[in-house]
Amino acid sequence: MITTLFKKDFTLELRQKSVAAGLLLYLFSTAFICYLTFRLRQNLITPLVWSALFWITILFTAINSIAKSFMGEKRGREIYYYSITSPVSIILSKILYNFLLCSLLSFSGYLLFILFIGNPIQDKFIFTIIILLTSMGFASSLTLLSSISAKAGNSTVLMAVLSFPVVISILLMAIKTTKNCLDGMGWDASWDELLTMLAINCLITAVSYLLFPYIWRS
Amino acid sequence: MIKNWWKIASVILLLYTVIAGFLFSVPRLVIVNETIRALYFHVPMWFGMVIMFLVSTVYAIRYLRNSTPVNDVVSVEFANAGLVFGLLGIFTGMIWANYTWGSPWHGDPKQNGAAIALLVYLAYFVLRGSLSNEEQRARLGAVYNIFAFAAMIPLIFIIPRMTSSMHPGSGGNPGFNMYDLDSKMRMVFYPAVAGWILLGVWIASLRIRTRRLEEHILELEDHA
Repeated sequence: MITTLFKKDFTLELRQKSVAAGLLLYLFSTAFICYLTFRLRQNLITPLVWSALFWITILFTAINSIAKSFMGEKRGREIYYYSITSPVSIILSKILYNFLLCSLLSFSGYLLFILFIGNPIQDKFIFTIIILLTSMGFASSLTLLSSISAKAGNSTVLMAVLSFPVVISILLMAIKTTKNCLDGMGWDASWDELLTMLAINCLITAVSYLLFPYIWRS
Repeated sequence: MIKNWWKIASVILLLYTVIAGFLFSVPRLVIVNETIRALYFHVPMWFGMVIMFLVSTVYAIRYLRNSTPVNDVVSVEFANAGLVFGLLGIFTGMIWANYTWGSPWHGDPKQNGAAIALLVYLAYFVLRGSLSNEEQRARLGAVYNIFAFAAMIPLIFIIPRMTSSMHPGSGGNPGFNMYDLDSKMRMVFYPAVAGWILLGVWIASLRIRTRRLEEHILELEDHA
C-alpha cells in the first residue's frame, strides 16, 4: 500500500511539472541572488558565510516544498483515501516521498552553490551524509506539521510558525557538522553529531507515525 | 483542610525558601559570590517548567485516547503555567548571567535552547488561536503538544551537553555539586524545588477550576 501511494505521489508530481519546476526555479533564484550579492567580492565568502547561505536556502526550499504536500489534496479525495487505506501508510508514503524530494532539492542546491559560489567543503562524503540526514529530518518533522496546518486553513503563515522551533534542533546539528566538514576534520569530529541527528530523526518519525491517525480522523 | 495540605505545604516551603535562601550561609566562591543564592530561585523554575510541560503532554495523550473537554483544559492550563515558569526562568537566568558572565544574553547554548523551547509553546498557543472549531482545536493542539515535547527533549537535554558552555551542568561542567561543598545548600534547594512545583500545580488547578466554571455558566445560559 505504501508503495502504491508513493507511486501515486510521484506520478502526480511528474504530471504537474510546473510545481517541481517552480521549486527548482526558487532554488536557482536564491543561489543566483547570493551570487549577485557577492559577485565582486568572492573573498568575502568565508566557509562560515557559505554554510549560512546554504542552510538558509535549503531550509526555506524544504519548508516550501513540504508545505504543499497536503494542501494539494482535494476535500473529496481525502475522504476517498480514508475509505481505502490506513492513515499509517499515508504518512509513511508521504514522509518517504518528501525525503526523496527534499534530498533531490538539497543536492541540486549544492550543485548550484558549487556552480555559482564555489565549493569550500573538504569532506565531501560526510557532507553528502549530512544532507541526507537533514533531508530525512525535514521530511519527517515537516510532513506532520504540514498536515496540521492544512487542517487549520491559513496554511503558509502557520506552517512557518509551527515548523521553526521543531526543525531548529536538526538544523543546529547540521550547521555544526557542516563546520567540521568545512575544516576537513574527518569522521572523528562529526561522528557523535551524526548519530544524534539519526536518533532525533528516528524519534520524530516514530512520533509522526503514532500521531498522524489522530489528525487524519478529524 | 486535610484535602488542601499541599497548598499549605507549598506556602510553608516557599516561606522557608525565601527566609533561608537570603539568610543562611552560602559557600564563598570567586565571581559567583552572593549571587549563588539565585540557585534557589532560578534552577527550580526549570524543574517546574519541565514538570508542568510533562503534565500538559500526559493530558494531551489522555485527550487523544479519551476525548473529554476536561483533559484538554488541564493540558492547556498546565502548558500556560509551564510557560510562566519558563519565562521566569529565562529572566532570573538573565539577571544572574548579568552579574557572573557580564551580560544578560550571552548566546550560551543553554540559553538559546531554553528560548527555542519557549517558542515551541508560543507556537502551540498560536495554533490553538487560529482554529475556530473547538473539537478540532483540542485535537490538533494535543497532537502538536506531544510532537513539540518530543522535539524539545533533544533541545534542552542533549544539545547543550554536547557543546561547550559556561552554564553549570553542561559541556563537562559539574551540575551544582561544584557549589555545595558542604551540602548545606541542598537543605534549602530541595525544599525550594518542591515548593515552586507545588505552587505551579496550585496556579494551574485554580485556572482549570475557573475555566470549568466559565464553561458551566455558558451551558446554563444556553439552557435558560
